[in-house]
Amino acid sequence: MVLIVNGERRETGATRIGVLLAELEFAGKQLAIAVNRGVVPRARWGDVELRDGDMIEIISPRQGG
Amino acid sequence: MLKLYDQTFNSHLLIGTALYPSPRIMQDAIRASGADIVTVSLRRETAGGKTGDAFWSLIRELGVTVLPNTAGCRTARDATTTAELARELFATPRIKLEVIADDETLQPDLIGLVEAATALIKDGFEVLPYTTEDLGTAMRLVEAGCRVVMPWASPIGSARGITNRAALKLLRQRLPDITLIVDAGLGAPSHAAEALELGYDGVLLNTAIAKAADPVAMAGAFKLAVDAGRAAYEAGLMGPRDFASPSSPVVGTPFWHAVS
Repeated sequence: MVLIVNGERRETGATRIGVLLAELEFAGKQLAIAVNRGVVPRARWGDVELRDGDMIEIISPRQGG
Repeated sequence: MLKLYDQTFNSHLLIGTALYPSPRIMQDAIRASGADIVTVSLRRETAGGKTGDAFWSLIRELGVTVLPNTAGCRTARDATTTAELARELFATPRIKLEVIADDETLQPDLIGLVEAATALIKDGFEVLPYTTEDLGTAMRLVEAGCRVVMPWASPIGSARGITNRAALKLLRQRLPDITLIVDAGLGAPSHAAEALELGYDGVLLNTAIAKAADPVAMAGAFKLAVDAGRAAYEAGLMGPRDFASPSSPVVGTPFWHAVS
């Protein structure tokens, strides 16, 4: 299926956030996730099922003013 | 003491983490500023997931309180979602709320700001809204439940200092119980001292320090100015007068009654 990950199309077999993060080599990092604009708490990364066309935002801390 | 909702901090200076020449200079400048609170942003993680983690470990080493922002958001909806991500990422209810109307001037969208602040306060956030010097908007933000309001001095990164002193003074007079922080536009330590002398509770700085020839030394200079401004405010500044008033005593002036 195709997910839109941080604005880019990505072909993937991952149906769980945790699996997608491992695929992207993001596992264990300081991250926050939104699926279709809804924030998914870390505790639910194993539960939420990803569907074809879902928009995933993977966010991390950055320099800011 | 600087009060942000139910928490108090020693320093009246809040500092940004962007635009420094190197990560090491960023850390040294933050230490030299004496700030207890640093602002950070949220961005999409890049391939490998190293960018955010590398920055985050630098911040953690400093042992400071993090204030995430919604920089770059152009709608109330984007800002509220970003705030929710920030709460998840940093485990803090505190958010520096920015809703930008115009990319050229980074002028805040005051209508979107009030809308987003209202929604976030209802959701349990401690909102620190970045706004203009407009009193009406500040009052709407306070009505929405904001206990902190952060008017600009002039546009972000412009280094022009306080361009509407009368309006900032009015905000202080009309909102005596609200924590007021000048956010954006300060370019020199004297600008920061002026804000504190006006009775502002704090200043939020980034570009003026990060873009100085020596950011660490400039952070120290801003610390001195903020401390001086606050001490002056607490000492009670005299008001301006229209005419001269001699400081040396008039009585006993030599030759005063001399006959020519």
